[in-house]
Amino acid sequence: MSLWEYANPVKFFALSGRLLPWAAGLSAACLLIGLYWGFFHTPDDYRMGSTVKIIYIHVPSALMAINAWFMMLVASLIWLIRRHHVSALAAKAAAPVGTVMTLIALITGAIWGQPMWGTWWAWDPRLTSFLILFLFYIGYLIMWQSVENPDKAADLTSVLCIVGSVFAVLSRYAVNFWNQGLHQGASLSLDKEKNVADVFYQPLLFAIAGFVLLFFALVLLGTRSEIRLRRAAAVRMRRGI
Amino acid sequence: MIALLSRDLKLTIRAGGGFGFAILFFFIVTLLLAFGIGPDIQLLRKIAPGALWVCALLACLLSMDRLFALDFEDGSLDLLLVAPIPLEVVVFAKSLAHWITTGLPLALITPLLGIFWDLPEKGYFWVCFSLLVGTPALSMIGAFGAALTLGLRRGGLLLSVLVLPLYVPTLIFGAEVSRLGAEGLDLQTPFLLLIALTLGALSLLPFAAAAVLRINLR
Amino acid sequence: MLLKVKDLSVSRGGRMLLSGVNFGLAAGEVLLLKGPNGLGKTSLLRTLAGLQPSAEGEIILQNDTAIYAGHADGLKAGLSVIENLSFWADIFTESKRLDEVLTKFDLMAVQHRLAVRLSAGQKRRLGLARLFLSNRPLWLLDEPTVSLDEVSRNAFYKALVSHCATGGGALIVSHTPIDFEGSSKSIDLSHYVAKDFLTIEAAAFL
Repeated sequence: MSLWEYANPVKFFALSGRLLPWAAGLSAACLLIGLYWGFFHTPDDYRMGSTVKIIYIHVPSALMAINAWFMMLVASLIWLIRRHHVSALAAKAAAPVGTVMTLIALITGAIWGQPMWGTWWAWDPRLTSFLILFLFYIGYLIMWQSVENPDKAADLTSVLCIVGSVFAVLSRYAVNFWNQGLHQGASLSLDKEKNVADVFYQPLLFAIAGFVLLFFALVLLGTRSEIRLRRAAAVRMRRGI
Repeated sequence: MIALLSRDLKLTIRAGGGFGFAILFFFIVTLLLAFGIGPDIQLLRKIAPGALWVCALLACLLSMDRLFALDFEDGSLDLLLVAPIPLEVVVFAKSLAHWITTGLPLALITPLLGIFWDLPEKGYFWVCFSLLVGTPALSMIGAFGAALTLGLRRGGLLLSVLVLPLYVPTLIFGAEVSRLGAEGLDLQTPFLLLIALTLGALSLLPFAAAAVLRINLR
Repeated sequence: MLLKVKDLSVSRGGRMLLSGVNFGLAAGEVLLLKGPNGLGKTSLLRTLAGLQPSAEGEIILQNDTAIYAGHADGLKAGLSVIENLSFWADIFTESKRLDEVLTKFDLMAVQHRLAVRLSAGQKRRLGLARLFLSNRPLWLLDEPTVSLDEVSRNAFYKALVSHCATGGGALIVSHTPIDFEGSSKSIDLSHYVAKDFLTIEAAAFL
């Protein structure tokens, strides 16, 4: 029994139907714990005060914004190489979620940055990269919208995703080169030099787990409705409509 | 490939003002930009390298959506696809033709426009030279976008939305080279990166564009 | 055999149009594929030309033997007759002499005229001249006689006969009859209409 068996739309549909409530439930639980703990049971930062608490939304959403694109890249490659429809549809379903995550990261970042840096927006490499990532997401979404034939759309968007990934990485380096910014380093470094104290760290992990599961659940949901649409199209086609 | 190149050049020139339109557009946009900023010559001189780069980039995009659309409409793209010439070469030749009629004249005209912006003396050379090196990448990236949006409703609009974000790295390195050059500073790193970007785009993107064309022509 | 097709299925835009198509084409033969509009004739021809992948089945065809001519002639309005032809001559490196082709398709007199100023019939003839130029044995033609008058049509038939006499063959898709006096077979594609319109890809969702 191989994992690829679940690339069959019908099997995937059955399996995802069973997984979805668990993913959604777990996500809700993690988010509730993480956000409640983070917002109400952590001390204020000595320098940043209570504004630091936006970290429980800002960091997970930023993380998912990038991971969603990465997942789309992998799914696009699988579609181009192995032609599994579920893969292409999952990439399609992930895109709007990733877009919203990017938007959340940008907005919460602005809200956080205003009291900290005294400005809503700085041409900092991280911020700028996210803005560019947002543009890539929008382009990808519009591409899906514009092509009528679903398989052709899947092919075109997959190539766009791959080329876009290369250019996204290039842009990241270019922007870094262009301006060394004032954004703090990664909030969750795995090396010894933790920038974030444990008190903040533990609820943050819950929030991140919640966002990951939320993404997973939303992608499952989106893929399922895409499969439903394709099934409806297939039924229409069989009847010669 | 030579045949394709000379055909495309001939067609652009005969269509009237092939070289002219991009330059005219470039000229008008730089003029408008200066009007928008105000007559402070110190400020204009400071932002001239970047401003010229952005305007040239927009001018490059101007005729991009026609790159494959004309051949698509009259059926020659179908015929080229099944002709004994790799589609990658077709893409490359057409992008090259686009560069010769757009990027090249734009780069060559910038010193003249630099006068309006009171470019520093060294800036004339470096703005022109960085455009000369960078615009082939712009043409190639644009060709990929044109292949992607071929035959779509609102293809031209979509093209600019898709392609402009892809122009970011080229613009950053190119503008950096011209800015540093104008100020007489060391520009080796961005210059090498700009060259690398152009070479990378020229060698890899024809494959992506050809793949996309094949999908679009099915 | 120039071309052999086994159990071929043809789809367009994710919809199965034809299935189980079988035929062969030998050198010296002209095969006419008939059927009403919207049946999938053009898609079949494009599949054979390699412009789109086949849904199922097998196409046996040697590399670089086929040349395709679609609805559009692929002419550049801004180039003259001779420039259009010599462009394709350059693309197909092994090619016949241009004057020979021009004479054959009665284009000698207008060779320096821009394609935009040609009549519909002349354009079509120029498009067909490209086939002759390519030196490829198998012609895949989509409605070649559309917009041709009596005289031009006869000229085209003559070219077809001489092409077949030299070991070539042609597959012609047309909804109008082609009264070609040569060895020509015809197949009615209505027999091969797909029973349900599902492609394998679409069927995977049911």
